[in-house]
Amino acid sequence: MILLLIPLFPLFGFLINGWLNKSMPKGLVGWVASLSVLASFGISVYLFIQLLSGANEFQFTVFDWMAAGSFQVDFGFMVDRLTAIMLLVVTGVGFLIHVYSIGYMNDDEDYPRFMAYMNLFVFFMLLLVLGDNFIMMFAGWEGVGLCSYLLIGFWFKNDNYNEAANKAFIMNRIGDLGFLLGLFLIYQTFGSFNFKEVMGMASTYPRYDSTITAITLLLFVGAMGKSAQIPLYTWLPDAMAGPTPVSALIHAATMVTAGVYMVVRSNVLYALAPFSSEFVAVIGLATALFAATIGLKQNDIKKVLAYSTVSQLGYMFVAAGVGAYSTAIFHLVTHAFFKALLFLCSGSVIHAMYGEQDIRNMGGLKKYLPITHLTFLIGTLAISGVPVFAGFFSKDEILAMTYSHSFLMFTLLAFGSVITAVYMFRLYWLTFYGEFRGTKHQLEHLHESPKVMTVPLMVLAVLSAVGGFIGLPEIFHAPHFLYNFLEPVAAGAGHHVSHTFEYVLIFTSIVVLAIIIYSTRNYYVVKGTLPESDAEEKGIARILSRKYFVDELYAMLFRKPLDVISGLGYRFVELGIITKTVDGIQEGINTAANGLRYLQTGRAGSYLFIMVIGFLALMIYAIIL
Amino acid sequence: MNTALLILLILQLLSAGVVKLSGNGKAWTVAFISSLLSLAITVIMLIRLPLDNAFHYTTSFEWVKSLGITFSTGIDGLGGLMLLLTNGLIPLILLSACNRETEKASSYFSLIILMQFALNGVFTARDGFVFYVFWELALIPIWLICWMWGDKNSTRITLRFFIYTLTGSLFMLAAIIYMGIQSNDYSFSLDAFYKLKLSDSQQAFVFFCMMAAFAIKIPVFPFHSWQPDTYTDSPTQGTMLLSGIMLKMGLYGIIRWLIPVVPGAVDEYGHYIITLSVIGIVYGSLMALAQTDFKRMIAYSSIAHVGLITAGLFTLKAEAMQGGIVQMMAHGINVVGLFFIADILMHRMKTRNMKELGGLAHTQRWFSVFFLIILLGSVALPLTNGFIGEFMLFTGIYQYGVWTTVFAGLTVILGAVYMLRAYKAIMLGEKHGRNEQFQPLMKNETAVLVIISIIIFITGIYPSFILKFSGSIAGNIHNLIH
Repeated sequence: MILLLIPLFPLFGFLINGWLNKSMPKGLVGWVASLSVLASFGISVYLFIQLLSGANEFQFTVFDWMAAGSFQVDFGFMVDRLTAIMLLVVTGVGFLIHVYSIGYMNDDEDYPRFMAYMNLFVFFMLLLVLGDNFIMMFAGWEGVGLCSYLLIGFWFKNDNYNEAANKAFIMNRIGDLGFLLGLFLIYQTFGSFNFKEVMGMASTYPRYDSTITAITLLLFVGAMGKSAQIPLYTWLPDAMAGPTPVSALIHAATMVTAGVYMVVRSNVLYALAPFSSEFVAVIGLATALFAATIGLKQNDIKKVLAYSTVSQLGYMFVAAGVGAYSTAIFHLVTHAFFKALLFLCSGSVIHAMYGEQDIRNMGGLKKYLPITHLTFLIGTLAISGVPVFAGFFSKDEILAMTYSHSFLMFTLLAFGSVITAVYMFRLYWLTFYGEFRGTKHQLEHLHESPKVMTVPLMVLAVLSAVGGFIGLPEIFHAPHFLYNFLEPVAAGAGHHVSHTFEYVLIFTSIVVLAIIIYSTRNYYVVKGTLPESDAEEKGIARILSRKYFVDELYAMLFRKPLDVISGLGYRFVELGIITKTVDGIQEGINTAANGLRYLQTGRAGSYLFIMVIGFLALMIYAIIL
Repeated sequence: MNTALLILLILQLLSAGVVKLSGNGKAWTVAFISSLLSLAITVIMLIRLPLDNAFHYTTSFEWVKSLGITFSTGIDGLGGLMLLLTNGLIPLILLSACNRETEKASSYFSLIILMQFALNGVFTARDGFVFYVFWELALIPIWLICWMWGDKNSTRITLRFFIYTLTGSLFMLAAIIYMGIQSNDYSFSLDAFYKLKLSDSQQAFVFFCMMAAFAIKIPVFPFHSWQPDTYTDSPTQGTMLLSGIMLKMGLYGIIRWLIPVVPGAVDEYGHYIITLSVIGIVYGSLMALAQTDFKRMIAYSSIAHVGLITAGLFTLKAEAMQGGIVQMMAHGINVVGLFFIADILMHRMKTRNMKELGGLAHTQRWFSVFFLIILLGSVALPLTNGFIGEFMLFTGIYQYGVWTTVFAGLTVILGAVYMLRAYKAIMLGEKHGRNEQFQPLMKNETAVLVIISIIIFITGIYPSFILKFSGSIAGNIHNLIH
C-alpha cells in the first residue's frame, strides 16, 4: 500500500498546482511541489532502510490493468534493491532540483505551470522505476517523454523551442517503436510481461538464444531513443531549450538514464544474449567518444554539458554491455549527482548573466559567484575523475571492468575520459577565469544566486565529492557497498581486477589529469586563448562545432523526404489517381444507367423517404397482425 | 425487463417525431432529454447484462413471414458496448451543438435522433434482413444532415458519398439474400447464418459482397475517397456521427456478420484486407501530414486509426479482437473530441487552416489542456484510452506477422509527427493578433471537453469494465471459428 503513495504524492502536487495554477498563492506553489517530492523521498528512505535490514522486496498490485484471456497486465508496483536505488536518486536529486527551481523560476509568469510539469515528470519517472512489469515501465517511459516534451517547449512562444520539443518526442517515439516490438516478442515468447515471470522463464533458456537476442536488441532500440545514444541522440542537445532545472532533472540525472535502468532491470535477458550485450557496449562506446569530441568545440555552456551527458550515458551502457550491471548503476548514481550539480551551476551562471549562455561572453566569474564557482569546480573534478571525487570511483570501475572485457575498448574509453577532462576544464577556465567578457550591464548586475538555489548546489557538491564511497575498489580493503547491495538483483560481473592494475590505473589517471588541468589552464587562462567565432572555424574544428553535420544529414534523409512524399502523394496519388478513378467510375455508371439520374436530380430524398415509410408500414403491419 | 431494448428503440423512433414536431425553439432540448433517457436505459441494461455469450433483452416476432424475415433484436457484450458507444456519444454530440445557431433546428435534431434509432437497430439486429434495413436506414438521416447542413460543395460531395455507400450496401444485400436462400429453413437469422455450411466458392462470394459494404463504410484503403471530403464538408455533428459511430457499423459488421459466418473465406482472403488496411495506416498518416486544414487532417488520421482496427480484427487473434473492440470505443471518443476542437476553432477564428492559426495557448489555457489530452489519447499515450486498444491490437498483429507490425507500427511515429505539428501550429508559437476574437469556452463546450477528457483517462487507467464485455464476445468468436 505504501508503494502507491510514492507516485501519488507528486501526482497530487501536479494536480494542485496544475488546477489552481495562478490562483495559488505564489509562495505556496514551490512548497507544494517540493514537499510532495520530499514526501516520496521519505518513503523511499524508509523502504531502503527496510531493504538494508534484510527485507527482500515489496510488491503491491492495485488492480488488473488489462486482462483478456491469457493477456494479463497488472497495475502493479514493486520495490526491490535496484528500484530502491533509483527511487532515492529520483526523489532525492529531484527534491533538490525542485527547491532550486523555486529560486530559478520564481520570476517566470508561468511558474506554477512549470512546477506542475516537474511534479508530473517525477510521477511518471516513479511509475517507470516502480512498475513490476514491462508495460508499467513503458507507461512511465512514455509519460516522462511527454513531460520532457512539455518542459522543453515550456517557453512555447519561441518556435525553435517548440521544434526542439517535437523533435525530442518524435525521436523517442522512433525508439519506442523498437521497444514496443520487443514487448510484443516478450509476450509471444513468455506469455507474460511481469518482470519476475519473464526473468524466471528466461533463465531456462540457453545462452546465445536467438529470440532472447532479438528481444534485447529491440528493447535497446528504445534505450537508444530515451538515453540519447547513436543514432537517436540528436534530440538531447536541442532539449537544452528547456529551462535549466529541466536539463538537470530530466536531461541529466533521471529520465535519460531510464535506458540504463531498463537494461539493468532486464539483465537476466542481456546476460543470455552476448551479441546484444556486445552491441550495447559498442554503441555506448561509440556514443561516449563521438559526443565527447563534439563537446570539445561547443561554446554554449549548456550544450557542452548536454554532449557530456550523452557521452557519460555511453559510459553507463559500456558498463552494462560488458556485464558490469552494478557498475552501470554506480555511474548512473554519481553522474546524477555531479551532472545535476553542473547543470544547476550553469543555471546559476546564466541567471547571473541575464540569460547569456555563450562562454565566449563570460570569464572571470569566480569572484562574483563564489559558491557557484566552488560547487562547479567540485562537479568538474568529479566528472573528470579526479581521485576521491565521486566520478573517479565509478569511472575507474567502468574502465577496470572494460579492461577485463576488451583491451581495445578499454583504451578507447580511457581516451574518452581524457577528452572529458579536457572539455570540462576548458569550460571551467573559460567561464570562471580570465577577464570578464560580457557587457557592462551584465557586469554591474553580476550576483550570486539566492540561498534557495545555492543550498541545493552545496548539497549536490557534497554528494559529488563523497558519493563515490558507496563503491570503493578492492584495494581500499573496504566492502563495495553498492555491489553487495545490488548483488541479489543485478549480480553482473564480479569485482576482481588485479591490484597492480588498479594501482597503475589510479596513478596514470592522476598524472594525466594533472597534465590536462595544467595545460588547459595554460592555454585558456595564462595565454588567454578564446574559441574563435563561428565564421572563423575551419577544418576539423568546424566539423566538430557543427556536430558532424548529423542534424543536416537527418533532415536530408528523413524529414525532407517525408514531407515531399506526403505532399506529392497527396497531390498525385490521392487527388489524382484514387479520387479521379472512383469519380470516373461513378460518372460512367451515372451516364450509363438512366435510373440513377433520379439521385442526381436530388430526388434521392423522396426515394429514401419512401423507404422509411415502407419500413414503418412493414413494422406496423407486423405489430398489428 | 426483457422489453427494455424494444422500449429503447421505440423511444428513439418516437422521439425523432416529437423533436420534429416540437418546433425549432425546443427541438434541441427535447432531443437532448431523449438522448439522456436512451443513455440511462442503456446503462441500466448493461449493468444487468449477464456475460454468458448469449443474447439478452431479445425480441423476436415475425415480420414478413412469407420471406422468412423475423424482426429479432438483442444484445450481448459486443452489442452492449456498441449501444453504450452510440447512446453515450449522442448526448455529447447534441451538447456540442447547443449554443450554435442551427437552421431548421427541428429537422436537424430530429434527423440526429432518427440516426440514433437506426444505429441502435444495426447494433442489435439478429436477423440479416433487419440488419440490412437498419444499415440502409442509417444512411438517410446522415446523408440529409451532411447535404442540407453542409458547406457549399455538399451536394456534389454527399452525392458521391451516397452512391458509393449505397453501391457497397447493394452487394451486402445480395449476400444476405443469398445466405437466406442457402439456409435450411429459409431464414435470415444470425443463428441460421452461423450454421450455414457453404462451400469455399460460396463463402468467397459472401465474403467479398459483405466486405464491399464494410470496406466502404469503414473506409478501408483504397475505398476511402468519399471520406475526407465528406468529413470536411459536413456540419460538425454530421462528421461526429460519421466518424464516431457510423464507421463502427463496418467494423461491427466484420465481427458479427462476417468472421463467424464465413470463417473459411476470412482465413483465405483476410490477408488481403490486412494488407490493404496496413497500407491504409501508413497512407492515411502520410496524407494527414500533407494537410493544412485541421479537420481534413483528422479525417485522414482516422483512416490510419481504423486501418489498424481492421487489420487487427482479420488477424483473428484473441488479443487483437479485444483490442479492436476497445479501440472502436476509444476512437469514437477521441475523434469526436478532435472534431469538436476543429469546430471550436472554426466557430471562433473562421478558419481551420493551420497556417493561419497560432499561439492560442497563451490565452486559452484550458482549451489547450483539453486539446492536449485528446491528442494524447489519439497518439495512444499509456494511461489514456488510445493505448489500451492499440497495444492489444499490436500484440495480436505481432503474432500474425512481424513485418506487418513493423509497417503498421509506423503509425506510432507518424501519428506523433502530424499531431504534434498540428498542436504546435494551432496552440503554440507567437500570439496572433486575431486571437483576441477567440471567446473563452462556453459552458456546454467545457462540459463536452471535460467529459471526453475524463473518459479518456478512466478507460485508459481502468479499462477492465470494457474488457469484461468485449472478453465474452472475443471468446465466443474464437469458439465459432474453431
